[in-house]
Amino acid sequence: MPSKEYDAVVIGAGLVGAAIAYGLVRIGLRVAVLDEGDSVHRPSHGNFGLVWVQGKGVGRPEYARWTLESSERWFDLNASLVEDCGVDPGYRRPGGITPALSEDELCALKTMLERVRSESAAADFEFEILDDARIRTLLPACGPEVVGGAWTAYDGHVDPLRLLRALHASLDLHGARVRSQTKVRAIVPLPGGGFEIAVASGPSASSEDLAGYDPPKGSSLDGGETNKRLQAQRVVIAAGHGSKALGSMVGIEVPVSPEHGQILVTERTASILEYPTLSVRQSDEGSILLGGSKEDRGFDISAPVRTSAEIAARSLRIFPQIAKLRIVRSWGALRVMTPDGFPIYAASDEYAGAFAVACHSGVTLAANHVWQTSRWIERGTIPPEMACFSPRRFESPSSDVSKIA
Amino acid sequence: MFRRLPDFPAGPSLTIDFEGEALPARAGESVAAALLAAKVAVFRATPVHAAPRAPWCMIGECHECLLEIDGEPNRRSCMVQVRNGMKVRRRQGP
Repeated sequence: MPSKEYDAVVIGAGLVGAAIAYGLVRIGLRVAVLDEGDSVHRPSHGNFGLVWVQGKGVGRPEYARWTLESSERWFDLNASLVEDCGVDPGYRRPGGITPALSEDELCALKTMLERVRSESAAADFEFEILDDARIRTLLPACGPEVVGGAWTAYDGHVDPLRLLRALHASLDLHGARVRSQTKVRAIVPLPGGGFEIAVASGPSASSEDLAGYDPPKGSSLDGGETNKRLQAQRVVIAAGHGSKALGSMVGIEVPVSPEHGQILVTERTASILEYPTLSVRQSDEGSILLGGSKEDRGFDISAPVRTSAEIAARSLRIFPQIAKLRIVRSWGALRVMTPDGFPIYAASDEYAGAFAVACHSGVTLAANHVWQTSRWIERGTIPPEMACFSPRRFESPSSDVSKIA
Repeated sequence: MFRRLPDFPAGPSLTIDFEGEALPARAGESVAAALLAAKVAVFRATPVHAAPRAPWCMIGECHECLLEIDGEPNRRSCMVQVRNGMKVRRRQGP
């Protein structure tokens, strides 16, 4: 097998691509990471920062286990990044709480967590249903409408921007080539194995934001477009919303669509929330993030006031004292959603060495992507116990998905 | 540290009250600029770690210059113009 310039090219330098690439360079592979540019949707710049297990994997125990495993490995990931580059993503795992605003909500939480425990056959899956007194001991900021809640041991949170920065800094230190403003035009499987990747670099190759902006001649933005070709033994498509088109170049279906989520951030304040919840958490610097919205808005990333108002209203029912804090920022971002909400891990049947990964949980699953997914890619195959995450599950709507596992 | 340019801002001199002390300012400048010119080095302590902070961006983005201005907490002092007799304090409470 002729030696290629790179052992692996990862397309996408967001949390998923950067984590996989980080795992690959730590194994010792020669890696290039291609990142399209600031005009793309970049969910990795807009997420909430939870490493969340509670309630995930109902009806899909493999996903519950996969998520739990990543939470366990997150301590190693955080330590490894700090050791490599000195940037601390700040992983904390006090456990997570889901407050309930009615007895019905509390009942539903209990049913859900019992189901996750029995399906995953993990008798030691640790959760606790909290009554109204117990939840106030843990989260004294709860308002009078909170009737109780659920706690699991495995939930935590992290600064997602520091995580992305730590991954990129560590990639550099391990010698990965991270090329920004580089759009992949074509992935061409080569006879005898490996791939040639045709890329266009420069602002005009990637940036719609700069349309209409006329950079001065000779400035760095006057780069136009340069075309290059890279050769690699393996190619990993981790390009979020761009993965659908890229996957089709190597025979992998990546049926993803955008789900709009919106986040509000308050001014910094003293620590009042010791535990993260699914929709409200306090950062290690004191900002309180409010979120939890899910809307189909196509590729619109605006942050409408109506949605902000709904998020704020629900958050205030849970933690009324947030009302006195100012909101300093809000934004929208687009989750990478598959039809069933579970991730996609795919290897091309036609072209050995081509992979695609897509999920909406780039923070939670980062540790698995670093420590496990990179190993599959090095070896060239996805292990059989992960077959349930193949996009083949979407091929026939009449097939019984529970039998695939 | 910081000095005003000789001719800017050209507005009339006035006085603001910072933590009970009278500081000179010029009409047209921001509260943050007036304090920096008066050699105020620490504007606030971060609420969680109590780390000292001072203005960084001076254009309303970084939120490092937050002060209580005329009783209203957490104003971005780089975005508020001085007025004669304005009462400015560091953050009180959490």
